[in-house]
Amino acid sequence: MEKLLVLTHADEACSALSKASLEAVTAGTELAARLNAPLTIGIVAGDATMLAKTLPSAAARLLTVSGDAFAQARYATDAAAVEAICRASQATIVLVPGSSRFARVAAGVAHRLGGFIDTHITALGGAEAVEASRWFYRQRIEAVLSRDARPWFLVLDAGTHTAFNGVSAATQVEEVAVQLPEIRTTVSGLRSPATDAQTIRPDAKLLLVAGAGWTKKQPDGQLHPAEAGELILGFLRATGASLGSSKSLVDQGGEGEPVLPFLTHMNQIGQTGSTPRHAKGLSTCCHGEEPHVVGWRFIADRRAISLDPNCGWTRGKADVVYIADAFPVMTKLNELLEAKKA
Amino acid sequence: MANVLHIVVCAGIVPDPLQTLEPTTGPTGPGLKNEMVLPAVLDPWAASALYEAANLAAKNPGSKLWLVSLGPKAKLQQVMMTVAQKAAFELVPIDGPIGGFPDAHSTATVLAEAIEAIPGLDRTKLLLFGGWESATRGAGVTLQLVGERLGITDQFQGVDQIDLRADGSFEVLERVEGGKHQASVCIGTPAVLGWATGNLAEPRNNPQIGMANMRTIMPALQKAKAAKLEANGLRYLSVSLPKQQRTTRVVKDLTPDEIAAELVEWIGAE
Repeated sequence: MEKLLVLTHADEACSALSKASLEAVTAGTELAARLNAPLTIGIVAGDATMLAKTLPSAAARLLTVSGDAFAQARYATDAAAVEAICRASQATIVLVPGSSRFARVAAGVAHRLGGFIDTHITALGGAEAVEASRWFYRQRIEAVLSRDARPWFLVLDAGTHTAFNGVSAATQVEEVAVQLPEIRTTVSGLRSPATDAQTIRPDAKLLLVAGAGWTKKQPDGQLHPAEAGELILGFLRATGASLGSSKSLVDQGGEGEPVLPFLTHMNQIGQTGSTPRHAKGLSTCCHGEEPHVVGWRFIADRRAISLDPNCGWTRGKADVVYIADAFPVMTKLNELLEAKKA
Repeated sequence: MANVLHIVVCAGIVPDPLQTLEPTTGPTGPGLKNEMVLPAVLDPWAASALYEAANLAAKNPGSKLWLVSLGPKAKLQQVMMTVAQKAAFELVPIDGPIGGFPDAHSTATVLAEAIEAIPGLDRTKLLLFGGWESATRGAGVTLQLVGERLGITDQFQGVDQIDLRADGSFEVLERVEGGKHQASVCIGTPAVLGWATGNLAEPRNNPQIGMANMRTIMPALQKAKAAKLEANGLRYLSVSLPKQQRTTRVVKDLTPDEIAAELVEWIGAE
């Protein structure tokens, strides 16, 4: 019989479990019910006992690792904590939230336990055995895989399960002792990119993708990067959308071409960028494979504004393509959105 | 005073991103149709790691840079013809299978063994670089596994910046959620850094660097050891292209005002 373990950790503010952790709890409860397997939840945080109060309704054994050393994300301490929880639980299947914190350590811990790991899992299937779905070649080929070897670590992509919503109540936890390794790394804190505005909003319903066309010559023969920047930021202000960019637009800064100053590589989606999950996506001035095939894989409802009626990568990838110049469309769109807000 | 670093970059080769990929199943498991004839490039994230490594090595005289790459010899040679012009390095080639479907644990074992066997590598000065993910498997685990095998417990993933200080310590910026970076300071080597894009532009081709590199690359390729990757119980139940093809509505006859009005309705719709 399988033994399931879900690993969780605190959010940025250390006041609750992270969203990705709560999604993993949902996946764990569903899988435990399907396999009729016992479920353990492990929590790593500065004060893990406090965070465990939201988990009684998960009907799981709760293992915690607490202490100042675990209040921050750091390989050496997180790996030690996760290893201790895994050993205490003797789990055969370990579900790991696809957060930056645990994605950093999960493979190392799997190796320490003589186990194996698969990551970016988008679905868990199988009636009696566990079957995991994931994408290869940057979301271009989908595969379903399984393993016989245990323990098997499965890192779940964020956004693939609903977040567990437990009622807060007193609960019993088992504190797991961790032998701290030598700590050679000190976490200084978090930094936002040096931009005028935070343009990456993972929880936004809408993604705006800006392509290189914004900084190309316009019908008057001139470049209008400042106007382009204002239109894009105006749209973000009006809608609360997140901003993605094609690689070519971000790369222009290094090639001496006009740039949109608020864009960094962090905005990049596609082959060497992210594959975000938003309900809707609007692509503007993009021409190429990456935004539409790779970066848009998990965008449900897709529209594009493009000057090229024959763009082969938009056809079949977007639901609607408007053949138009994005400058006048976005100008009017922002006017209408502002008027609607007012 | 400059720090002497021994930087090892692990970098795979991947199909050119603009190629159409079609999965197929062979006697050894899934692969890509016509995989051996698809044009290949150095993995984009690993390429960022290589450029950052070359920049770091250049700033710290006496430092050495190795590029460890697993792939079919012929493919490695083809890719190195271009990569060798970008940065000065010593190639450690491993003749093995290409592609994203082999097990990452096996890949890590082979890479770790190759690194352990590098003559003259001082592991107390080691910075192990690579991409935080690849454009093939994209698992983001190989570098961690190599690091664990080499006993390195200071690991950083999604790295965009490293600032080396005079005392040998360094600050690292790692990508975390919400478009932010986590800043950490490590007291010194050894460490593992899985790079995101970094901040450097792709270096221009330099034929002089290329010629110097090729003098050692060709003999290294001839002597490359063959590696077999174990499946480790990994079974593929299905491998397929996504079937969903959208019926795209192409709107050619609306004015900007009309398009904007339609988009406002779409954005506001539940």
